[in-house]
Amino acid sequence: MVAFIIRRLLQSLIVMFVVALVAFTLFQFVGDPINQLVGVETGLKEREELRQRLGLNDPWIVQFWRFALNAVQGDFGISYQHKRPVTDLIVNRMPATLELSLISALFSLFVGVPMGVYTGLNRNGFLSKIFMTVSLVGISLPTFLIGILLIFVFSVQLGVLPSFGRGEAVLVGSWSTGLLTSSGIKALILPAITLGLFQLTLIMRLVRSEMLEVLRTDYIKFARARGLSNSAVHFGHALKNTLVPVITITGLQLGSIIAFAIITETVFQWPGMGLMFLQAIQNVDIPIMAAYLILIAFFFVVINLIVDILYYVVDPRLRIDPSAAHGHG
Amino acid sequence: MALLEVDQLRVEFLTRNGTLTAVDDVSLKIEEGEVLGVVGESGAGKSMTGNAIIGLLEPPGRIAGGEIRLDGQRIDNLPYEKMRKIRGAEIGAIFQDPLTSLNPLYSVGQQLVETIRTHSDVGLAAARSRALELLNEVGIPAASQRIDHFPHQFSGGMRQRVVIALALSANPRLIIADEPTTALDVSIQAQIIALLKRLCRDHGTAVMLVTHDMGVIAETADRVAVMYAGRIAEIGPVADVIKHAKHPYTDGLMGSIPVVGQQTERLAQIEGAMPRLTAIPDGCAFNPRCPKAFDKCRQTRPDPIASGAGEVACWLIEQEAHHG
Repeated sequence: MVAFIIRRLLQSLIVMFVVALVAFTLFQFVGDPINQLVGVETGLKEREELRQRLGLNDPWIVQFWRFALNAVQGDFGISYQHKRPVTDLIVNRMPATLELSLISALFSLFVGVPMGVYTGLNRNGFLSKIFMTVSLVGISLPTFLIGILLIFVFSVQLGVLPSFGRGEAVLVGSWSTGLLTSSGIKALILPAITLGLFQLTLIMRLVRSEMLEVLRTDYIKFARARGLSNSAVHFGHALKNTLVPVITITGLQLGSIIAFAIITETVFQWPGMGLMFLQAIQNVDIPIMAAYLILIAFFFVVINLIVDILYYVVDPRLRIDPSAAHGHG
Repeated sequence: MALLEVDQLRVEFLTRNGTLTAVDDVSLKIEEGEVLGVVGESGAGKSMTGNAIIGLLEPPGRIAGGEIRLDGQRIDNLPYEKMRKIRGAEIGAIFQDPLTSLNPLYSVGQQLVETIRTHSDVGLAAARSRALELLNEVGIPAASQRIDHFPHQFSGGMRQRVVIALALSANPRLIIADEPTTALDVSIQAQIIALLKRLCRDHGTAVMLVTHDMGVIAETADRVAVMYAGRIAEIGPVADVIKHAKHPYTDGLMGSIPVVGQQTERLAQIEGAMPRLTAIPDGCAFNPRCPKAFDKCRQTRPDPIASGAGEVACWLIEQEAHHG
């Protein structure tokens, strides 16, 4: 188990190195950062000096090497635009994104799984049909449109929830949280629903189809034949057997939630990393872009690792135990 | 009063193309501690009858007529919760495939303890020691270690032993064993059948043994019911049915069992195949394949007629009775 985790961590280093390499290669084509840094009246000579100072004249492989060496030490350079260390900027912005992502993931999980179980058990029920129809909306509407619709209804028409920003945030250690103030929580509701709705419908449909599959198995029939109660059969035996695919998808989706928070953060002007990344693209702020992409790759790698460990917890068949000899009958 | 009485049971499937009758006016009785074998080809309605008795017909299948009585009490129309308390506690079940009958995510001990505690009000420790007792009883070696193992750590035969332990865990009075050995190796089959037979005799449990293996029936059952196209063709004490089959179908089945040591060019068989549920012929369902069929067989369906210690659904019996 420990060897497995170490092996996976080493693999993840390679993944992140490759992501950095690919990202850095792409950045050669996004435009000239100097144009964004200086005004029109700056002379050619000064531009050249600045270029030299930032090391932009070196071959990109040299630039990459320099970047990679620093990145390993946690130094992602100075943002061209903000003139501040990228690491600081990200640490400042990360809590907002992570809180938003976590809350939407929890929302999609705690609403999606019960809805999936319900629609799986009452396949032809009236409520199930409504859930299934509504879930089509969640799957097919683009995120930004859902966000705008929610703003229209709850902020413009009803005026009960704020349409942008993060509300009041308080510092807990170095982590700025919006979860402890009522304005922070209010501000979180709409973005979290927007971001989580797609995942919710995905999880619901996944749990439903897995439940339908599992309920047909022999061991469910045998569990019923032993007279176990409905709740034991449905939740203890059936739901637990649907968990492996659900964990996989939820894990992958959590990564996507963090990565695709960009759109939701833009719609709601949420002060997170996604919004910062989008602004960085507009300004050709290469250090921020590179750091952001590597960070997202890191999140994906960590989440995948956790997913793999959870498999072992849920499914005994994956636990390789050399001492357990197979019996013969 | 018999332990279980099935009276003119009818199981139907509502499909897009109309109603299919999978079990058609089946009546049988199982006495306390008795082993009733139910034989027939695939699709003859054997398993459907078993599923109807434990109340686990899968939709769109449903009981369309008849009664099922346990101790004289109707159980075919009970609400789900009441029937659930009978399942496992009064009527146990064993299914065909031991490899898929156990939940892969729980240890065999957990599954046993859960079943025991569902049907009796005992603590965890007591349930566990009862589980251990059961595993020992069904012949799991080193049961005290194996109790914490998961189903995938057991072989097929061992898993079927665990399944039997589970079916017996609440001391039911009747076990419906639906082809309990079909998925196993031949050498294991005999062991499992012997185990089932011994345990049920020790506990006084009655068994409805569904199989298509005449050899198993001959060895195990007290009485046997032969099913064909959803109906009982012949039912009676096992020795009578095997040695002096009265229904031409039973006769054909017996004739098709190869005899060890006897040289034959071709194995005997009954010509043709069992009709599909959508195309059951008029009269006796067996008439197109029956070597002795006459006009009446093609027009009117025979109901079981008492003959000796059993019943036979065949016009030949009536004819004999008239002539004799």
